[in-house]
Amino acid sequence: MEALVASAIGVMTAAGVYMILRMRVFPVVVGMSMLSYAVNIFLFASGRLAVNQPPILRDGVTQYTDPIPQALVLTAIVISFGMTAVVVMLSLGAFIEAGDDHIDLDGEGDK
Amino acid sequence: MLGFFDHLIIAPVVLPAFFAPLMVLWMRFDTVSQRVFSVAAMVFMLGIAITLAVDAASGVPEVYRLGNWEAPFGIVLVLDKLSALMLVLTAVLGLAVTLYAIGSGWDRRGWHFHSLLQFQMMGINGAFLTGDAFNLFVFFEVLLIASYGLMIHAGGRDRLKAGVQYVVYNLAGSTLFLFALGTIYATMGTLNMADLADKVAQMPANETGLLRVGAVLLMLVFAVKAALVPFQFWLPATYTNAPGVVAALFAIMTKVGVYGIIRVYTLIFTPDSPVGTLAAEVLIPVAGITLIVGMVGILGARDMGRAVAYSVIGSVGTMMLALAQFTPAGTAAGLYYLVHSTLVAAALFLIVDMVRERRKGGLALVAEAPFRQNGLLAALFFAGAIGMAGMPPLSGFLGKLMIMDATRGQWWIWAAILITSLIAILGFARAGSTVFWKSYGTQVEEGDAPLPRPPEAPSDALAYVAAVGLLLALAAWTVFAAPATRYMQGVAQQLYTPDVYISAVMDGAYARAEAAAEAAAHHDEPDHPADDAHVAPAGDDASGH
Repeated sequence: MEALVASAIGVMTAAGVYMILRMRVFPVVVGMSMLSYAVNIFLFASGRLAVNQPPILRDGVTQYTDPIPQALVLTAIVISFGMTAVVVMLSLGAFIEAGDDHIDLDGEGDK
Repeated sequence: MLGFFDHLIIAPVVLPAFFAPLMVLWMRFDTVSQRVFSVAAMVFMLGIAITLAVDAASGVPEVYRLGNWEAPFGIVLVLDKLSALMLVLTAVLGLAVTLYAIGSGWDRRGWHFHSLLQFQMMGINGAFLTGDAFNLFVFFEVLLIASYGLMIHAGGRDRLKAGVQYVVYNLAGSTLFLFALGTIYATMGTLNMADLADKVAQMPANETGLLRVGAVLLMLVFAVKAALVPFQFWLPATYTNAPGVVAALFAIMTKVGVYGIIRVYTLIFTPDSPVGTLAAEVLIPVAGITLIVGMVGILGARDMGRAVAYSVIGSVGTMMLALAQFTPAGTAAGLYYLVHSTLVAAALFLIVDMVRERRKGGLALVAEAPFRQNGLLAALFFAGAIGMAGMPPLSGFLGKLMIMDATRGQWWIWAAILITSLIAILGFARAGSTVFWKSYGTQVEEGDAPLPRPPEAPSDALAYVAAVGLLLALAAWTVFAAPATRYMQGVAQQLYTPDVYISAVMDGAYARAEAAAEAAAHHDEPDHPADDAHVAPAGDDASGH
């Protein structure tokens, strides 16, 4: 399972970085989402991978999974979801105003 | 039991969090009440920040446990001299920016300016106060999401395009932050800064490999925020295209990154630890290059706004040269310069914005007919540029002097600071003389009347109060340089005795947690089995994040 999770994080990060470098709004937004998925799984894995184990104290259980990464990842998911919404609205606004979906600033400096 | 004043530590976070929704929900269409409440909130915040600074001067960091959870389990806010200093600086800047936004009418050119401003203050104050690394991330996001709104305030094609770039850059930075925190948590099993500091110090040097990765990732994040080379690319486009008043507020944003570097690399990865020495080695050359890129950028800029934006990069480089020495003298000098450069950058952005409002061709460095209040603005820009370039008599000169004193013996730092100062003087002289002086030589054409005051701006006077107020604060910073330096030395001394901070947060934490659990168990005994109470101190983190 470790190999699967690790390679999933790696592949998604690589794909995300590649998409962000595409310089157009849609691939960049998708790339950002990819990256945030990757980092969420990474955070989740930072408390060690454990299957079928409760995070909260319970009677008669000796093996637990670390609850803190779950709390962290929950926060990170909420934040990245909100941020994605913001960047989608913003890029839509920029697209409507500027008429193209390039992310670079044309001729910056001489305006 | 906590008294009223013990709860004051959280006020800089709670107060804006209260005012911002109030403004959105209750006075959405009422600009006048928004303005009144915004100024009131800023004055109130300044008062609180000063009270906290007086409080923090005792030298013992004060700890505020959110929900009264003990330190490594719950989130703590910690008020030490550095946080208090940054809070006061933020509040002063916030007040000036609010006054200017009202005076220039910027707050009426889009929606929700004042509430976004309050949320921004909440994020910045929280970032300065928190004692938990993940909470620092959360407050970074709060201040960023507010800054996205402020950055595109009033809209427009170029601003929106620059805004998208700014947002994407910072989202990538936030992702990096999470990777860094994940790495650190995986190694150390905690994200409380004091607890981390304690545990990092006990770690054998040959096991710090993964931790070093985390530490460097964290430094990259702060470098993005502080606009250190090679992460400075977002800054000029953002600051030039943002509304002038927002650019002035953003003067504190780069300092949030600088604060992060100071905090993390004096407390957690201390300069004498195997992880910390790496930071100093990387930071000094990076700071030098940042300084050169920034100051050369002033000379190369084709408009006034960009010149000021590049000078912000240069000033970050200057202060990092001092801070990256990781000596008490270097830190004291760097902090003195940090306050100076925040005030002067904000003042310059406000002045430049006033020029943009009045000039037909915006900020482009081409000769053009004189505009409204040409002479007055020229004088203000002159004062600001002197401060930013580091010429006497303003505090920039004193700050650079102290930095050079603290880096005695490193000739190339002296050379970099002195030569780039000269370049900055040249750059500002060129920008100022083209915009302000060459105007008198140009022919005034028919129908080429200077721009009138925009109808939504209630008064020029208020805008001038803000800009001149910041310059006066700069003058005060110069006049009271001796007590200011003493305070900075106190801050530095506290930073380099991290044990005080660690013990303030951690001492007795476990004992108190056990006592609380016991008390709870005792209290619950009549109707519950005792082992229910054990749950209390452990699984808490979700509540706070």
